[in-house]
Amino acid sequence: MADESKPPQSPDSAKPESTGASATPPEAPKSPTAPSAPPAPKPAATAPKPPVVLQVPLDNDLTRRYRERFGAAILDALEDRKQPYLVIDAAQLAEIARYSRDEEKFDLLEDYTAVDWPRRAKRFDLVANLYSFRHNMRLRLKIPLAANEEAASLVPAWPVANWLEREIFDMFGIRFTGHPDLKRILLPEEWQGHPLRKDYDILKQDDAWVRENLGIESGQ
Amino acid sequence: MSPALHAIISFLETWWVQLVSGVLIVAVVPLIAGYVVLVERKLMADMQARLGPMRVGPHGLLQPIADAVKLLIKEDIIPDSADKVIFWLAPVVSMTAALVSMGAIAFGPWFQVAKDINIGILFVLGVSSLGLFGIVLGGWASNSHYSLIGALRSTAQLVSYETAAGLAIISGLLLAGTLQIRSIVDAQQHYGVWFIFLAPVAFFIYLVASIAETNRAPFDLPEAESELVAGYMTEYSGFRWALYFLGEYANMIVVAAVATTLFLGGWLRPFPNVRWLNWLDVLPALFTAAVGAYCGYRAGKQPVRVQTLFMWAVAALCFLAALILAATLFVPPLQAAKPGLLGAFWFLLKVSGYLYVFMWLRFTLPRYRFDQLMHLGWYLLIPLAIVNVFFVAVAMMLETEFGWNRWLALIITSVFTLLAAAFLMHLHDKRTAAASAAASETSDSYAG
Amino acid sequence: MHDETTQKQNTLLGADELVINMGPQHPSTHGVLRVKLKLDGERVIGSECVIGYLHRGVEKIAEHRTYQQFAPYVDRMDYVAAVSNGLGYCETVEKLLSVEAPPRARVIRTILTELQRIASHLLWLGTHALDIGALTPLFYCMREREEILKIFEKYCGARLTTHAFRIGGLQYESYDTFEKDVERFCKDFERRIQEYVDLLTGNSIWIGRTRNVGILSTEDCIALGASGPILRASGLAWDTRKATPYAAYDQYKFEIPVGTKGDTYDRYMVRMEEMRQSRLICLQAIENIPAGPILGKVGKVLKPPPGEVYHSIEAPKGILGYYIVSDGTTQPYRVRIRPPSFINLQAFDKLARGHLVADVVAIIGTLDIVLGEVDR
Repeated sequence: MADESKPPQSPDSAKPESTGASATPPEAPKSPTAPSAPPAPKPAATAPKPPVVLQVPLDNDLTRRYRERFGAAILDALEDRKQPYLVIDAAQLAEIARYSRDEEKFDLLEDYTAVDWPRRAKRFDLVANLYSFRHNMRLRLKIPLAANEEAASLVPAWPVANWLEREIFDMFGIRFTGHPDLKRILLPEEWQGHPLRKDYDILKQDDAWVRENLGIESGQ
Repeated sequence: MSPALHAIISFLETWWVQLVSGVLIVAVVPLIAGYVVLVERKLMADMQARLGPMRVGPHGLLQPIADAVKLLIKEDIIPDSADKVIFWLAPVVSMTAALVSMGAIAFGPWFQVAKDINIGILFVLGVSSLGLFGIVLGGWASNSHYSLIGALRSTAQLVSYETAAGLAIISGLLLAGTLQIRSIVDAQQHYGVWFIFLAPVAFFIYLVASIAETNRAPFDLPEAESELVAGYMTEYSGFRWALYFLGEYANMIVVAAVATTLFLGGWLRPFPNVRWLNWLDVLPALFTAAVGAYCGYRAGKQPVRVQTLFMWAVAALCFLAALILAATLFVPPLQAAKPGLLGAFWFLLKVSGYLYVFMWLRFTLPRYRFDQLMHLGWYLLIPLAIVNVFFVAVAMMLETEFGWNRWLALIITSVFTLLAAAFLMHLHDKRTAAASAAASETSDSYAG
Repeated sequence: MHDETTQKQNTLLGADELVINMGPQHPSTHGVLRVKLKLDGERVIGSECVIGYLHRGVEKIAEHRTYQQFAPYVDRMDYVAAVSNGLGYCETVEKLLSVEAPPRARVIRTILTELQRIASHLLWLGTHALDIGALTPLFYCMREREEILKIFEKYCGARLTTHAFRIGGLQYESYDTFEKDVERFCKDFERRIQEYVDLLTGNSIWIGRTRNVGILSTEDCIALGASGPILRASGLAWDTRKATPYAAYDQYKFEIPVGTKGDTYDRYMVRMEEMRQSRLICLQAIENIPAGPILGKVGKVLKPPPGEVYHSIEAPKGILGYYIVSDGTTQPYRVRIRPPSFINLQAFDKLARGHLVADVVAIIGTLDIVLGEVDR
């Protein structure tokens, strides 16, 4: 496994933080909008540094228009390293999508993916990166989603979402209502398990499928 | 002696030359076809900035032998559900057609297996068309949906372009006035120029049609690797496949020989009747000597000793050939051999040039799609060939009935033919543009 | 050679519908791609791409490597244009860390990325021409590509999976004859492009095979997310290097080639012109490579503050985007790669409908996909 090999620039095998497994739990924030855990004390520092919070609340014309239109469905509007994003309610996803495309002219769904925060109440974060050719502007939409909750499909608004949502379903297990053909795309159709979830171990495979279809035992 | 033995001996006495030449053709032509493949590979490599086969033998010269041995010792795989007899028969038919048609061709005033068939050209065309059966039977016997479709496509292509080729040949035959191969070349000597200058459009139609007839690029969709529908050769492996492949190259040689006979003056040198150009007779010897000299020059630059020795051997052979060719010019007792040897040299040179053009086009041009191919054949080549025949006939008539000067008649009618060609090509371009723009056109690509 | 299974289905109207299968082993699918084609006679009436044969779980691996350890993995996605992948990743992590690579590093990155763009387009051209039947352009393109790969080898030791850049800049200083090599290549390249143009651009067979094949309008491109030369060929003059400049692109003058109809021929012309423009960028860049450090102020241990960043670059195949979520540790929490080939391939169904089977190969070629990127 390449886990233990170090790249040439960081020959600091002495520091425990460099190895992967020892990430201290308080440093993993529960939600991206409220990092509250203090950092673990560093060996050579004299005083603990305050946590660097780069997410700042955002209040510009765009967010005001969204809030006017959708009110409480816009849960939060933030800017992280100069990239704006809106945290929206999953229930209004279809309308917000249509509004973003038609009125705000975000005609390109550049990317659509999900992030798994297993310790949060709403486990998944659907993340849509939108781009507007007219305004040359990007916007990110984040939709918190509970474990078994289904999200509205973005295919009616942006047909590119077809395969993107299939990949999210394949990797995370999130289902989309209104998707024309929701099935796995990268993994075989009979595969059990959703690999990009945090509880899917990196060495794990669908042993039954491997045994049946490849004729070998997993891990060979 | 028994009468049967007597009959056999008298048969052999009269026909022994033909018999031996026939056996030679069957034995030697596949080998030559193999070396034509090697030449093609080396030429392709040269045009593609690489070297081609270099490993087997000096400069890869034993490559065809190695390929033949490999194919012979390969496992003979016959699909279970294939029709065994026809599966065996199909490549044989293909190869036989090519070889038999080669029998009628004159490779020089002395070298012809079937002496003076009076329907020479017709015989060659007819027998080489029999090769179609090899293709169709091969596709059928494979018992595979896609082999059959590929075979039918190939056949459709061949039949369409044979029509065009035949019509183009007719122009040459009109000028020659006979089907007999020797007489055609004699007619060109009589006229004093090769028929390509009298009927250029016919030559170019024949060039394009013969490329399509031998399934060569840009008309090789039925056997292209990257296309979806596999060709008729898919189920064939080992030596059966080799027979198809060699049959294709033998066909190329046949087609080149026909073109040379009809349009390029057969075994005549350029300007055969012009006396003050008689010094051109020296060219064969000079050419061979130059090749020998070049080989000698390169011999010093070879990296490996065996290659150096080999180049010297080739140079020696070339010089020997040059000596023989020159001897026929200058040594009185050998002057009787002059037309035979020099003629053979010119014939082979022209056939090689024609084959070079084939290969050159293969490496340069992309492939036609099947419907475009059929479109080209039926909408451009065949009308053009018909128009060409018409105008050549008009020219002949003007000369014989109305006493025009032969050259004037032919030049005027050639001009008209070229105009018609331009018009037909314009129509063709318009039609293809319209066809491709109409995305919803439902054309049957098997049409024609 | 071909793996074909057929099922005949009778439709309601009694006509025969044929489903044939292309791949995953096929000479023309440029990788392990399986395409199911539904045919009516010779015409394609529907298709489905089955992918995932090269899925290696790169995004999952990213969560178990440090930022620097993950950098070689991104080369292996679009293995034809490894340098671009590396550029996108390094710039995204630099954004996460809020550092900028020093000017010298940015310029050298630009030069290498543009050379990589030329190399990627050369490979595309050679294989696309080969699929359509022209045997020779492939070897000429490989000859040019060889020169570029030699430059890469001299620079970082590797030809294909280069790992040329580091987070914060470069690791290797450019070697002494770098400018001379690049200049010699660029001067030679103009003549070579003319060779390809002579062979293909005016050739009526080439035009016949590519004109009006696989037309995608601008609205369809944007709706389907198709980017890169596909979008530009449909008429929209948009390029990430001009819209949101990164590396050193804002310093150089270059044009965005645009097509008119959005068919295969336009995409061919756009990519040819892009090669020329890349050559011009390289020539401008080597005239003035600023002196200075090559690595910015990044520590040995990279712990970006928690948060996320999305950054995209113009890879040879389209918009290559990276969305990285950091949780404050040395390993990223989530790395999402927005692969241009994956999204461009989605347009295949729309492109192939109504065309003949022989055009399918041309359409796959014109999309310029690399399965390593499609499947990750």
